Amino acid sequence: MQTIFSWSQVSRRGVMALALGAGVAFAAPYAQAAPKTAATIGMTVEPGGLDPTIGAQVMIGQVTWQNVFEGLTTIDKAGKVQPQLAESWDVSPDGKTYTFKLRQGVKFHNGVAFDSSVAKFTLDRARGADSVNPQKRYFTSIDTIETPDAATLVLKLKQPTGSLLYWFGWPAAVMVEPSTAADNKTNPVGTGPFVFSNWAKGTKVDLKKNADYWNKDISVKLETASFRFINDPQAQSAALTAGDVDAFPEFGAPELVASFEGNDKLATVIGNTELKVVAGMNNSRKPFSDKKVRQALMMAVDRAMVVEGAWSGLGTPIGSHYTPNDRGYKDLTGVYPYDVEKAKALLAEAGYPNGFSFTMKAPQMAYAQRSSQILQALFAEIGVTMNIETTEFPAKWVADVLKAADYDMTIVAHAEPMDIDIYARDPYYFNYKNPEFNAVLAKVEASTDASEQDKLYGEAQTILANDVPALFLFVMPKLGIWDKKLKGLWENEPIPSNVLTEVHWEE
Amino acid sequence: MGGIFRRPVLLIGLVVTLALVGVALLSLVWTPSLPSKMNIVQRLKPPLGPGGLFGTDQFGRDVASMLMVGAWNSLSTSFLAVAIGATVGSAVGVIVAMRRGWLELIVMRGCDIIFAVPPILSAMMLGAFLGSGRFTAIIAIAVFMVPVFARLTLAGAKQIWARDYVTAAVGIGRSKAKITLVHILPNISNQIIVQVTIQLGLAILTEAGLSFLGLGMPPPAPTWGRMLADSQTFFGQAPWLAILPGMAIAVAVLGLNMLGDGLRDMLDPKTKAG
Repeated sequence: MQTIFSWSQVSRRGVMALALGAGVAFAAPYAQAAPKTAATIGMTVEPGGLDPTIGAQVMIGQVTWQNVFEGLTTIDKAGKVQPQLAESWDVSPDGKTYTFKLRQGVKFHNGVAFDSSVAKFTLDRARGADSVNPQKRYFTSIDTIETPDAATLVLKLKQPTGSLLYWFGWPAAVMVEPSTAADNKTNPVGTGPFVFSNWAKGTKVDLKKNADYWNKDISVKLETASFRFINDPQAQSAALTAGDVDAFPEFGAPELVASFEGNDKLATVIGNTELKVVAGMNNSRKPFSDKKVRQALMMAVDRAMVVEGAWSGLGTPIGSHYTPNDRGYKDLTGVYPYDVEKAKALLAEAGYPNGFSFTMKAPQMAYAQRSSQILQALFAEIGVTMNIETTEFPAKWVADVLKAADYDMTIVAHAEPMDIDIYARDPYYFNYKNPEFNAVLAKVEASTDASEQDKLYGEAQTILANDVPALFLFVMPKLGIWDKKLKGLWENEPIPSNVLTEVHWEE
Repeated sequence: MGGIFRRPVLLIGLVVTLALVGVALLSLVWTPSLPSKMNIVQRLKPPLGPGGLFGTDQFGRDVASMLMVGAWNSLSTSFLAVAIGATVGSAVGVIVAMRRGWLELIVMRGCDIIFAVPPILSAMMLGAFLGSGRFTAIIAIAVFMVPVFARLTLAGAKQIWARDYVTAAVGIGRSKAKITLVHILPNISNQIIVQVTIQLGLAILTEAGLSFLGLGMPPPAPTWGRMLADSQTFFGQAPWLAILPGMAIAVAVLGLNMLGDGLRDMLDPKTKAG
């Protein structure tokens, strides 16, 4: 037997280890005293890609918008339009010519300069014949795009478009560098304060600070930021409590929010969103093609019960596709209020005295599953049988419902602000066609008078409340749970986003 | 049979199983309230209060009624699945025992393959083809029961085929099929009955697992597995929503396993001799 080392060596090593340990122990407080420069933001669903100009999922924008990509204009935390890559603009008196003065000295993350040719490329790509931009129709009013010089962009419109500047602030309208456009889906290159560094599929997206960011007025405090994707609310809660995730701006389970109250490490911030939970119906398929059937179903729904049962009472009932935060909001929950007897009578009038049965394609998210089960019970009261078929979101839902419109009824939260115009789109999964409604929305765009526009939005809301192309249920709250020392996250969500520009740690 | 009171395991198993079957059958004609009836005002009420014996769930539905109907859904699915599995498996077992040769080799390797795929996985694959639901659950559970019974009956039948009286029967020119029906099956029926009881417990557990994953009966039909799945995020506020269906599953499986063990002790000729 050979001894490996002597006792004296052991003790010497022991002393050294002790000394080292003590050194570390003394050094540690200094290491912590420097403010943290990394943040991990939790999200429930992972986006399918990272290019907001080719995909409709709001999660794409929630990762990239204002962090990696920027637009000509932007939308601030109060929902107002602000200049961004366009310094200023002039609108001709007839509302048909927009002249943008573009910011100079802006570079994409790959070093290419931003100028009017890039802006023209982006807009042409978005409005082109083979464009797959999710908001393609926002660009259809553009007739010609001129670039007199590198810093000037002139848009000639076919008709006045009152919402153009607001739309230009959206994720779908961010500026895209021509040579990277094809790869932005997996390797996004923008002009924003953060550079994309890595995407571990199924787990997280890593961003790092853009050292050459053009806007010197803003000092970005975070060196790195990660978006972690955790689907299960229990796991979200555990990750927050353990400190693995610093913030969940949209926490997944309202029933767990109460458990964070009184937590001295985590702050609970309940804000507004634009998330309208609506049960869309296939308006071209029997029996939903009959307005009376849709109205009867709406009257069978007790919205307060849905909010209480599905979202622990945290939510606001709505009567149309519009939220109380939106301009010109009208409370229309009284147009077809909960009334079982009237619902039954109307259903009989439509020729279904014994009810009917249909299939609900419900995504797997808790709000959709729970709301579906409540609707199932409510419809049973008027003799209508609803079978629930869980449809995986996003992939299968997008393919079956959004793209193919192969469904009877579905339920989903529409996240985009001021998207009442989706009912004027053709094709769109509701298959709702009402020229009168389309005319009202056209008037909104033709008008430049804000109060006139608000009034027209009121008319549009009323038409939907009467026609019931979808069952309008409730607006979700924004359940923000984050570390109390983490500052700068938006409390409200005028547009789905996780803007990290001002996020920083405070001791 | 008077020995049943000297066999506590068998007695407890029998009582628990009968009680369970009784509750399941009762749910067909009577429950405290309609299990799909929602009453949001009365949501998440604890047991033994205004919410009834076992309280209410997140939609204000009566948990006691849901558990009762869940017992029927769980037991009927499991019974059907095991019945299919036992019938097909035993048939395969005795036929293979009759023919032997290359057929035995192929069937046994086939059983190994089915054994290698967990029932949850095969249910997910089936669900992709057939859509999730009760039928899928029954087939998925039945499929993995088949090799269990095939192996059991093959081993048992092979022993019987080696007996002198079977050789004698062959000697007087009886057909193999007739021998299987008259001599083989009656002599291995005890083993099959014991195995059915034990597999029932396993089937209930698997059915709960499938429902937990959303591959069982769709809502509004209450199932123990989905009740457990739905209760997850409410555990802090309403622990009974997880504890009660969990206990129901545990008691059902325990009862059936004890019954199976007890039956084996009573019916097995070796233990009887000792």
